[in-house]
Amino acid sequence: MARVASALFSRLVIIIPYAWLLFFFLIPFFIVFRISLSQTAVAMPPYTPVFDLFGGLSGIMEKAREFSLDNYVWLTEDVLYFNAYVSSVIIAGISTILTLMIAYPVAYGMAKAPKSIRPTLLMLVILPFWTSFLIRVYAWIAILKPEGLLNQFLMSINVIDQPLIILNTNWAIYIGIVYSYLPFMVLPIYSSLEKMDHTLTEAALDLGCTPFAAFWQVTFPLSLAGVVAGCLLVFIPAVGEFVIPDLLGGSETLMIGKTLWNEFNANRDWPVSSAVATILLLILVIPIVFFQNAQAKADGEGR
Amino acid sequence: MKSLGSIRRSFAPWADPASKPFISVKNVTKKFGDFTAVDDLSLNIYTREFFALLGASGCGKSTLLRMLAGFEQPTSGEIILDGQSLAGIPPYRRPVNMMFQSYALFPHMTVETNIAFGLKQDGMPKADIAERVGQMLKLVKLEKFAKRKPHQLSGGQRQRVALARSLAKRPKVLLLDEPLGALDKKLREETQFELMDLQQELGLTFVVVTHDQEEAMTMADRIAVMSHGKVVQVATPAEIYEAPNSRFVADFIGDVNIFDGAVSAAENGYLRIETGDGFPIRMASPEKPAVGAKAAVAIRPEKIRVTRQPPAHAPVNAVEGEIWDIGYLGDMTVFHIRLKDGRVVKASSLNAVRAVEDPFGYDQQVWISFGEDAGVVLKD
Amino acid sequence: MGNWSRFNIASIVLGFGFLYLPIVLLVIFSFNESKLVTVWAGFSTKWYAQLWHNQALLDAAWVTIRVALISATCATVLGTLAALALVRYTRFRGRMLFSGMVYAPLVMPEVITGLSLLLLFVAIGLDRGFWTITLAHITFTMCFVAVVVQSRLLSFDQSIEEAALDLGATPVRTFFAITLPVIAPAVFSGWVLAFTLSLDDLVISSFTTGPGATTLPMKIYSQVRLGVTPEINAICTILIGIVAIGVIVASVVTKQREAQRERDERAAFAQ
Repeated sequence: MARVASALFSRLVIIIPYAWLLFFFLIPFFIVFRISLSQTAVAMPPYTPVFDLFGGLSGIMEKAREFSLDNYVWLTEDVLYFNAYVSSVIIAGISTILTLMIAYPVAYGMAKAPKSIRPTLLMLVILPFWTSFLIRVYAWIAILKPEGLLNQFLMSINVIDQPLIILNTNWAIYIGIVYSYLPFMVLPIYSSLEKMDHTLTEAALDLGCTPFAAFWQVTFPLSLAGVVAGCLLVFIPAVGEFVIPDLLGGSETLMIGKTLWNEFNANRDWPVSSAVATILLLILVIPIVFFQNAQAKADGEGR
Repeated sequence: MKSLGSIRRSFAPWADPASKPFISVKNVTKKFGDFTAVDDLSLNIYTREFFALLGASGCGKSTLLRMLAGFEQPTSGEIILDGQSLAGIPPYRRPVNMMFQSYALFPHMTVETNIAFGLKQDGMPKADIAERVGQMLKLVKLEKFAKRKPHQLSGGQRQRVALARSLAKRPKVLLLDEPLGALDKKLREETQFELMDLQQELGLTFVVVTHDQEEAMTMADRIAVMSHGKVVQVATPAEIYEAPNSRFVADFIGDVNIFDGAVSAAENGYLRIETGDGFPIRMASPEKPAVGAKAAVAIRPEKIRVTRQPPAHAPVNAVEGEIWDIGYLGDMTVFHIRLKDGRVVKASSLNAVRAVEDPFGYDQQVWISFGEDAGVVLKD
Repeated sequence: MGNWSRFNIASIVLGFGFLYLPIVLLVIFSFNESKLVTVWAGFSTKWYAQLWHNQALLDAAWVTIRVALISATCATVLGTLAALALVRYTRFRGRMLFSGMVYAPLVMPEVITGLSLLLLFVAIGLDRGFWTITLAHITFTMCFVAVVVQSRLLSFDQSIEEAALDLGATPVRTFFAITLPVIAPAVFSGWVLAFTLSLDDLVISSFTTGPGATTLPMKIYSQVRLGVTPEINAICTILIGIVAIGVIVASVVTKQREAQRERDERAAFAQ
């Protein structure tokens, strides 16, 4: 009896979360893909169904003729979408590099901090992550506005005499992304630096390396796993970011997350937004798989 | 009568053909994917025996122990305990208990509740549990620590809680996985004798896994030396040390000098072997290999004498050399003596007196020699 | 790790200044007398008082808290199971796909998750509203729980489970008597993480919501689009205050517990 219960228990441990994720995570992607192949209609829901989920095989065959690539053709014809994809990737890429440049020295300083204060520093890095993303982005509006706090400060110390226009430009988006995602970059780099054996650096110094050379030849290569994980954690969600370009970026800023949102909410064109999402997913598939492999490898090392 | 290792044993059920083994491992093989951890292994362990599985890490000793506990199932073969096959019986239904290398104390429970855990699983009445826990605490002398949690104990105390917990259910067999591995040397030596006394007192069968040969030699009635998933030799500690059955065992246990050569004569219990090091050896041996067969003689360092003058039996069992290194260990001194052909022989002598008249020095020319029953002839 | 150089200290101070300055400014200006959030005009708490009369805002807060409580609890159960499946069962059919589905939501852009869940709910004919938001939140937060619990399970000494089995506990009993109590702190922090993620979420909620179910972030977002006001600063300050107090209390408690534990251990070895 107990053995049957045990076998059932171990089976359920896998089946319950597996089934949940299949139904609520994987299947929805197929639905997105299907709807991206259907026609726009002025109705609710605003698309003609490609096929009824319960329509049976004959229904599927009949509807299959109605499959159309119109939405994808539409996306290629309008250069706006292409530009949005490209500029999303570029903005996310620049922001990722900026985040890395700021996060690495912070993580390095934390790892070198006295052991007693490291948990406090770690908590201070994590704390902003617990506060609302929206609030943190909102906080920057008041700072970056033309009559905002940054310009007031810079003008009061006479660095500039004309207010800088930062809000509603790409610079505001870079600042927003760097700021919001900084903890995601700091944490993996810190954890890879922290568990590193510091006698390795000492050995390099002992063998005649300058501190700078020791850093580049020993410390940095050994922290690469953390750097890669951090970059992926920043880059992938940043490509599809919506809140930051919407609140900090200007009307001419093109980012695909914003385009998708507008297509969906303003134009109510579900098939086109599905096609936009499908292509975005295709762009991100490679970095996501890369990220999963890195995660799986890290788990393997933890064993 | 002469006896190996100068110990008289009254407990030797393995030598008695009438006694039945308590645990019987029959042709057990365990594979993990392509890797064979245990390879067609057979063993018998007797009631009240203190049995040690000895080997380097990765030799399969822990896997064998885990199969006895039920955490692993044999790929083929069978394990029989007290006349009953253990095949398919999960760990929680087996009358054996295990003491883990890491002690595996439940961190969220007190010493008391740790010890009571197994008894509760059996649905023992509360009053009986309390009584048994009291006995166990007394047995391991931890009465004062009943309410502490594992992290509030020292390493030695944790080890004793783990022992008490695994003994609380009065298992038929206690399995011990490197039981003393986490203790420092001094505590380890004390605890070895405590474990032996405990085993005597409770009359239990102990199977211990260890990589520490001294520990195995001290505690066990018999030792199984394992290598690459196979048992190389099963014998008493004295037999293992004084009469290893192979070059592997001779080399694995203690220090040894092995002289390779070929048999040139065999007569009434003695072999004459011409060694590659330029001197003949005459050695007692029950075997009678053909003349010309390859043979090796294993001689322990303490059985080699170092003298200034050649012994009377030279050049048989004696050769000249030069003192190359001297290591003073306190209780004894180890000499490394370099022969003419460049090979180094180890010899050790007990420091029975505090001061020696005219001791040996570096680079001194000396003779090494040994008796006709000082070593053992190995076939391979 | 070696000595803490001036450069290290400077980079930490600058980094942390960057992280905290905007939040500090936001909090300061929530107490501003003037309606402008950029010009200081004296101390006032009037914006906080005004919040109490904003019924729509209070309703939204209540919806948000209910969604967060339910979804965090379900996500904790599912995420813990997922973590167990990933760590304990290294070989089962479709494990690759499973681990992919656990890790992918961590980085998936919210617009994609939101859109795909909405289309699922439409396809199966589920009325959109409170429950669809809750289901969506369970789905994306359970993966964060899984990662938190998984890292605890990886450092878990599995021999204590074997010891329980060895002492006669069945696997199910072992799980509830040994495994769960030992990983409980990680499960709890998983719950807290899921709760705050749910509390914060704007994009996925906006996609999956229906009539009558407006969450606080959606409310804040629609007001932010109209302009920056001290009233929003005040809501944000309250939210930040709650989170900060929670996190600080939790970390002080764990720190004290660890210190106690260290003292105990030192005392044990001094005997």
